Amino acid sequence: MSANLLAIFYLVSGVLFILALRGLSSPETSRQGNLYGIIGMIIAISVTIISIGNFSIGFVYLIIFLIIGGTLGAFIAFKIPMTAMPELVAGFHSLVGLAAVFVAISAFLNPEIFDLGYPGDIKIASLVEMSLGAAIGAITFTGSIIAFLKLRGIMSGSPITFVGQHFLNLVLGILLVGLIYYLCKTQSENLFWSLILISFLVGILLIIPIGGADMPVVISMLNSYSGWAAAGIGFTLENTALIITGALVGSSGAILSYIMCKGMNRSFFNVILGGWGATDDISNKKSTEQKPVKSGNADDAAFLMKNASSVIIVPGYGMAVAQAQHALKEMVDSLKKNGVKVSYAIHPVAGRMPGHMNVLLAEASVPYDEVFELEDINNDFANCDVAYVIGANDVTNPVAKTDPQSPIYGMPILDVEKSKSVLFVKRSLSPGYAGIDNDLFYRENTLMLFADAKKMTEEITKNL
Amino acid sequence: MEIDPFIFRLSIFILSIFVGYYVVWSVTPSLHTPLMSVTNAISSVIIVGAIIASLAGNSTEVFNTASIFGYLAIILAAVNIFGGFLVTQRMLAMYKKKKKDK
Repeated sequence: MSANLLAIFYLVSGVLFILALRGLSSPETSRQGNLYGIIGMIIAISVTIISIGNFSIGFVYLIIFLIIGGTLGAFIAFKIPMTAMPELVAGFHSLVGLAAVFVAISAFLNPEIFDLGYPGDIKIASLVEMSLGAAIGAITFTGSIIAFLKLRGIMSGSPITFVGQHFLNLVLGILLVGLIYYLCKTQSENLFWSLILISFLVGILLIIPIGGADMPVVISMLNSYSGWAAAGIGFTLENTALIITGALVGSSGAILSYIMCKGMNRSFFNVILGGWGATDDISNKKSTEQKPVKSGNADDAAFLMKNASSVIIVPGYGMAVAQAQHALKEMVDSLKKNGVKVSYAIHPVAGRMPGHMNVLLAEASVPYDEVFELEDINNDFANCDVAYVIGANDVTNPVAKTDPQSPIYGMPILDVEKSKSVLFVKRSLSPGYAGIDNDLFYRENTLMLFADAKKMTEEITKNL
Repeated sequence: MEIDPFIFRLSIFILSIFVGYYVVWSVTPSLHTPLMSVTNAISSVIIVGAIIASLAGNSTEVFNTASIFGYLAIILAAVNIFGGFLVTQRMLAMYKKKKKDK
């Protein structure tokens, strides 16, 4: 196959990847979009194999490894519960990162096969590109592993900070730039290995200071990194499909990070520099004060909702933890039978990754046209009889509007306070991840339902 | 004066960033999770680099230092490709519209 024809095929697969993302503009076109993505991938892999034309024993191994990896991937894809989607995505990002590192290593050790020069005499441009690919890939790898461990609960979700942390990161960052510079001058193998090792370290240090509630930003950011790593390798290999894909994924992750930051009214750097008021003394003192709280049981809640004409459900991470989405759907079905109008309100940062709540509701077969984003539904709270807040807290906290001292001041919130009554399903009065007390708990029209989200929802359904 | 091919690749890269920017903004927020899993799957197109690393060498040994890293990358990328596309498919299959007869 001529090099030109090969390049055209890579271009085609790049375009198919664009169409795959384009399909996601609506659920109807999305399945077809995914199909385009698969076709693009098949084209890229097949033309690469055909153009090399090596069908010796090495090819047999390639097929075997493809099957091993593919089976493992397919197994994970079918077995993973939807609530575990954030850690799955984090885990997958780490694999892309590590794959980028491995490809960069083999390009460095054996540049002839990629047409980049000879060991010890690699073209400078290629060397810079592969160093960038390897460094970003390595950061993505360890960063995603830390994110995975935090999401999975193996590692504590609270931020890990120490004195001089930012300074250390800065020094390591400068060191990385210096290493790439000297690598280009000396082509030394040791420098290349050090570059990768230090990037691994940077990846860990970047993610450990970031707390659990900021995970949506972290996952999006790592998504973006995995794209830039792919693009770096794409430049090294002079491969259009990789360059296009890298750019697409990189910008996609960056946009998602931006949306998530905006959803919390925080700057990107503020999130990256870590630690969101987890040890805020003032807020801890506040929450120890005893304030009167009205708490109720499933019977009261069922009574309130049955007699309402409209109910808005506000799900949060707690719903995912309790796996309450199916119970919730059943409750909503009974409510609908009683003639109650029900819709769902999703805050941009609800859950642990962008769109987390939407997937869970879709899993419980909630029609997606009953689920609304913040801007589209926020005005409806004023006309709604009951807001049923299940596992959400900070995203409803009116302090974000009233108290400029609060760490979440300026964050867009769901105006559940405006509805006639508010039901909070929560296990305790403890503050949310932001570590701040929620004023709503103590209001006249709020009824607290202290229980596991799933059990409470099931009991309410029984009482309807 | 001839233009360095690098410039062409850079042009593709920059234009793709813009394409990505506009395409991703048009993705509906309810599909942001599938967006992440599908971008994850397509970024595994890095497997083409791994395939070249493992097959293009003219060494008589199947497993030499360069090709071993290639083969390892193939396994990792394959997990991602199959896992990413299939889990996306599984998620997208769950998004349903309200039944009209209700």
